[in-house]
Amino acid sequence: MTGFQDIPLWIAVPVALFLLLGSTLSMLGAFGLMRLKSFYDRLHAPTLATSWGTAGIVLASILLTSWLQGRLVLHDLVIALFVMLTTPVTLMLLGRAALNRDRAEGAPLPPAMPAGEDPPAP
Amino acid sequence: MSAALLSFALGYAQIALALAACLAGWRTLRGPRAQDRVLGLETLYVQAMLLFLVTGMVTGTHYFFEAALVIGVMGFVATVALARFLLRGEVLE
Amino acid sequence: MSRLVPHPWLSLGLICLWLLLTAPTPGYLILGMAIALIAGRALAPLEPQALRLRHPGAILKLAGIVTVDIVRSNAAVSWLILTNGRSDHRRSGFVHIQLRARKPETLAILALIVTATPGTAWLEHDPESGVMLLHVFDLIDEAEWQDTIRNRYEALLLEIFE
Repeated sequence: MTGFQDIPLWIAVPVALFLLLGSTLSMLGAFGLMRLKSFYDRLHAPTLATSWGTAGIVLASILLTSWLQGRLVLHDLVIALFVMLTTPVTLMLLGRAALNRDRAEGAPLPPAMPAGEDPPAP
Repeated sequence: MSAALLSFALGYAQIALALAACLAGWRTLRGPRAQDRVLGLETLYVQAMLLFLVTGMVTGTHYFFEAALVIGVMGFVATVALARFLLRGEVLE
Repeated sequence: MSRLVPHPWLSLGLICLWLLLTAPTPGYLILGMAIALIAGRALAPLEPQALRLRHPGAILKLAGIVTVDIVRSNAAVSWLILTNGRSDHRRSGFVHIQLRARKPETLAILALIVTATPGTAWLEHDPESGVMLLHVFDLIDEAEWQDTIRNRYEALLLEIFE
């Protein structure tokens, strides 16, 4: 907690807001993961943590470290970019794995792909 | 004033992220199916990474950033390998 | 030019990443450019087709739309998780969508956008018929989602890539 006294309010307020936003959204994502009923519903919960949860904390970190070091420090953006690009890959693979496993067991929920060129009636 | 505001926000963020990591860990342990556990692991490493970022802001060092980056990369590789295992039954083909 | 820098977008991205991770000084810029050129040439034998982007305006428009949509769906999904009062009314479900996109780049970016947005998840895609399976967290109207994916995202992506 060094040097926080010298930070002006116009930096401290956005940093605090971004921190509150990011950590609250991340917690909501994990809370949803715990609470939702089916696997396909739970698949949506972590994206809360990886979209604006990560973005809020990364923006707060960029603002604070840039002010403390006296120059623009953007390396946290790498983490935000990485998380935003990699989480969908994992979630897609998990979704397909769940579909395959459910179909192999003959669960009624995931519908099979329609055969042929016809899109389903809208 | 701003020091109090920042230490409140940082403390709140640390507690919230630690709680979130616990919830994700609960889902990992509880299941009920293998894909739920992998999904819990995915959320767990993201929360741990964010917690490291916030801790780095508290202590003012950049070592936590590097640790967070490593957690992110390793977590991605681990969860993708697990998801592929669930998809195919083997990791390497 | 195209023989020396076979993948200009990849090389440019690598230079930016290198400068972000180190420090924006001329020395690191030269080192990063050398690494980016070598990496671009190393990729050339793996993937013979270089990415060709058109309509930079459409890229900016798509980025803006996706940012706004992610903010909106973050608010919507976190509200649904918090209240859960609509749990009797909230119906999550699967939607089949007929896509026009055929190129793997277009499909990959579309899948990233759809899955990164809270509330929608890309589950699978059949390359022969071009039908994708989407899971929607709060499904009210299937036709509305088909319209959103096809006209809001896919049309712009087709303009950019194909």
